[in-house]
Amino acid sequence: MEHPYAITLDVGTSLANHTGSWRTKRPVYVDRLPPCNAACPAGENIQAWLFRAESGDYEAAWRKLTENNPLPAIMGRVCYHPCQGACNRGEVDEAVGINSVERFLGDEALKQGWGFDKPETESGKRVLIVGAGPSGLSAAYHLRRLGHQVTIKEAGPLPGGMMRFGIPKYRLPREIIDGEVKRITDMGVAIEYGVKVDDIAETMREGRFDAAFLAVGAHIAKRAYIPAGAAARVLDAVSVLHSMEDGEKPMLGRRVVVYGGGNTALDVARTAKRLGAEEAVIVYRRTRDKMPAHDFELEEALQEGVLVKWLSTIRNVEEGEITVERMELDASGFPQPTGEIETLATDSVVLALGQDVDLSLLDNVPGLEIDKGVVKVGPNMMTGAPGIFAGGDMVPSERTVTVAVGHGKKAARHIDAWLRGETYEPAEKHELASFDKLNTWYYDDAPRTIQPVLADVRRTSTFEEVVGGLDETNALYEARRCLSCGNCFECDNCYGVCPDNSVIKLGPGNRFKFNYDYCKGCGVCAAECPCGAIQMVPEAI
Amino acid sequence: MEKDNPMTSETTPGDGVQKLHFYQKGTFTVGNRLVSSDERSVQSSIDRSNALTCGHRACQGCGEALGARYAIDTAMEAAGGNLIAVNATGCLEVFTTPYPESAWQLPWLHSLFGNAAAVATGVAAAMRVKGRREVRVVAQGGDGGTTDIGLQCLSGMFERNDDVLYICYDNEGYMNTGVQRSSATPPAARTATTPVLGDEPGNVFGTGKSVPKIAVAHEIPYVATATVADLRDLEAKVKKAMSIHGARYIQIDVPCPLGWGAASHETIHLARLAVETGFYPIFEAEHGRVTSVRKIRHQVPVTEYLKLQKRFAHLFKGDKVDPRVARLQARCDANIAEYGLLDAA
Ligand SMILES: Cc1cc2nc3c(=O)[nH]c(=O)nc-3n(C[C@H](O)[C@H](O)[C@H](O)COP(=O)(O)OP(=O)(O)OC[C@H]3O[C@@H](n4cnc5c(N)ncnc54)[C@H](O)[C@@H]3O)c2cc1C
Ligand SMILES: Cc1ncc(C[n+]2csc(CCOP(=O)(O)OP(=O)(O)O)c2C)c(N)n1
Ligand code: SF4
Ligand SMILES: [Mg+2]
Repeated sequence: MEHPYAITLDVGTSLANHTGSWRTKRPVYVDRLPPCNAACPAGENIQAWLFRAESGDYEAAWRKLTENNPLPAIMGRVCYHPCQGACNRGEVDEAVGINSVERFLGDEALKQGWGFDKPETESGKRVLIVGAGPSGLSAAYHLRRLGHQVTIKEAGPLPGGMMRFGIPKYRLPREIIDGEVKRITDMGVAIEYGVKVDDIAETMREGRFDAAFLAVGAHIAKRAYIPAGAAARVLDAVSVLHSMEDGEKPMLGRRVVVYGGGNTALDVARTAKRLGAEEAVIVYRRTRDKMPAHDFELEEALQEGVLVKWLSTIRNVEEGEITVERMELDASGFPQPTGEIETLATDSVVLALGQDVDLSLLDNVPGLEIDKGVVKVGPNMMTGAPGIFAGGDMVPSERTVTVAVGHGKKAARHIDAWLRGETYEPAEKHELASFDKLNTWYYDDAPRTIQPVLADVRRTSTFEEVVGGLDETNALYEARRCLSCGNCFECDNCYGVCPDNSVIKLGPGNRFKFNYDYCKGCGVCAAECPCGAIQMVPEAI
Repeated sequence: MEKDNPMTSETTPGDGVQKLHFYQKGTFTVGNRLVSSDERSVQSSIDRSNALTCGHRACQGCGEALGARYAIDTAMEAAGGNLIAVNATGCLEVFTTPYPESAWQLPWLHSLFGNAAAVATGVAAAMRVKGRREVRVVAQGGDGGTTDIGLQCLSGMFERNDDVLYICYDNEGYMNTGVQRSSATPPAARTATTPVLGDEPGNVFGTGKSVPKIAVAHEIPYVATATVADLRDLEAKVKKAMSIHGARYIQIDVPCPLGWGAASHETIHLARLAVETGFYPIFEAEHGRVTSVRKIRHQVPVTEYLKLQKRFAHLFKGDKVDPRVARLQARCDANIAEYGLLDAA
């Protein structure tokens, strides 16, 4: 090329200059574990389904959700949502209302009639499940998805376990249970009702089952010794709630005392109110902060006029009245008697002191270990007897629907591997996307959407559902409050903020990649990533 | 349930994209997958011009390189690609164009250190004479080339209302020649010519000038300050400036990791703190009047800004608080009062 006067070199682009060689640290895209996911007993990928809900693609969101939990409409009503307690947004303003969005998706699925696909191939293996509560249903769903033949044997007349015969319908309408169970049976899961399994080994042999998952729950009401006169009316909570479902409404009277401090006690007291009791008094031996029931549950009960006598034990029950002793907490927080006595007029006393497991079906199984009334299982959910797995309330657990569902899923994966003579190795967990990994500057302030609550008047007289759902606008809004902790949401920040133009945008859904030829490793992208999805790692020099 | 949810299922997934005005994750980020493409920033687009491309030799985390790409890409889009840039001597010129190599992807001229405004005026005149009205002209330079040696040419360009957008990348010092003081260097900052010596270590208080204010005093059509910490605001300002003919001035705060003694990944964070402390007021003025200010979102004390920079490290030596920290805070407070940077609580 002919050069002008005094010019000796050809002009060229700076692209010849690979500034990547300056780098001592390199940025890499990572997926960190969002705290909500880490806290979910059912192992839901919450961030991922919220991400889909955010763009209004509710079906995709629901499908993502149900990869782990087949019961979102139920979950969205009764789950105690530990995810929300762990949510990073809680440190910005208020936790994302994950549970309410889950309910919206669950309801939407029922309304639109979305269903599950049948498995593509059949394994030819037969698995027996005992109990159609949440744990059994969850295991059935996951095993069926993996191609196994699944039969559930259920002692009762209807599916749901404690979700139907414990949790009152003003919290969980029955058509919701029916709708979500139907989707599972539509996949080809068989449920036999009115079949109580009393010898598991025998039932397995008879039905030529290759493995079994036990999920019989805990249904035997615990009794406490309380001296009671012959005419005293003393009932237990489980039977009271059960009888709400099969016909004869329990006769509780005008004044009802409930003894205990768990969610069951609250549910019975609220049910008594709805049955027309003028007074429903919970007697509990410790204080509010020591109560095992959740605060929001107590709050709802108090709003409905349920009364609580704190720091009190029942000494004696007679016809029409009980004797109560005031307690005092000692230094270690245990209630101690004070000798101060009073009487309370009451028509009935309902004991809500917890439940034990009926283990009689396991009598003839060798190798099985029982500890404190529950069945011991290994990390793979298998009992001491090979091929017999167990989960839910009958194994050591927190006894919630969500834990039960999680057990069902976990057991299904291990059963599947076991049936193939293998062991199931869960994928390694990603590093936690803790709050310090986020750059919250980029999120706008936005308070949580409050679910509508039925007017107090209506809810004490009817069994209508108390907590309402979100509608589409506020569900979308709520979903968008998610910070997407630890997972790229394609905000283009890295692509924008790189002074060296070294981030390549791959287009919608495909995220980004680094151009290491030019990236100098300044770390601006990682510092300005809102959700902590970029990590700086030292270069091997 | 049904009657309580009149909205349910009236939207398709596609509608969900635009239905809400409030985007949790789009208000401050560069892009947002949920808004339509015409609402997205220029920088979020795969088609941005990358007027300043890779391979340039700016330091790691250079705020000036970033600010220049933000500004010139926006101007390129506004001008439909018909843009000529005139560049004063300084880092931006040196790190992009060590002859025969250049990182610029637009017609680009290097002027002298002090005459970018005059050269740009000439380019604009030439385009006018040639009847090329669609070709727009920007002049750009550092704070030294603008506030000190270039001020005379700049004032002339303003006063004649020449059709040039002048962009000053303010890194508060002569960085290219080794971090000397300019009239944009803040008080107390250490530079090579304001060392940490004597009874007034660092740059002295009561000196320096505000070229944005000088520009406003010329009553030119448009003046703005901007920051690399707020891309959306910066792009909006460049776009607005490009919609106007006549003399326009934009000054962008561009932190310099090397000159300020800061970690390279802190560049945007520092620029953000400069705004959130009130240290660097961000405003717009038209024809001699301030027309809008960018409010502080989460106010922070000036120490948070100062402590991240070695050029202020001498203020935090020993255990007693240097009284000049309070004087710098007072400067921030004065800015906050003058521009109304805080919303009434
Ligand atoms: C009043 C009350 C309120 C509750 N509220 C909540 C709540 O709001 N949120 C929450 O997360 N958890 C709540 N729980 C706890 C939750 O209901 C249980 O943890 C959960 O249902 C346990 O699930 P599971 O599948 O292990 O057992 P279950 O739900 O108890 O189901 C076991 C099933 O097995 C059947 N079965 C038992 N023995 C046999 C047999 N031998 N042969 C065949 N079938 C058999 C039973 O009939 C039953 O259907 C509540 C519990 C009660 C009692
Ligand atoms: C007339 C003249 N004097 C001095 C110089 C040397 N010089 C080159 S760049 C520069 C400093 C540039 O500072 P600034 O304009 O703030 O830009 P920065 O490098 O900080 O971006 C100086 C003094 C020159 N090129 N020309
Ligand atoms: S903000 Fe979103 S991803 Fe983060 S914890 Fe909360 S729900 Fe999960
Ligand atoms: Mg400078």
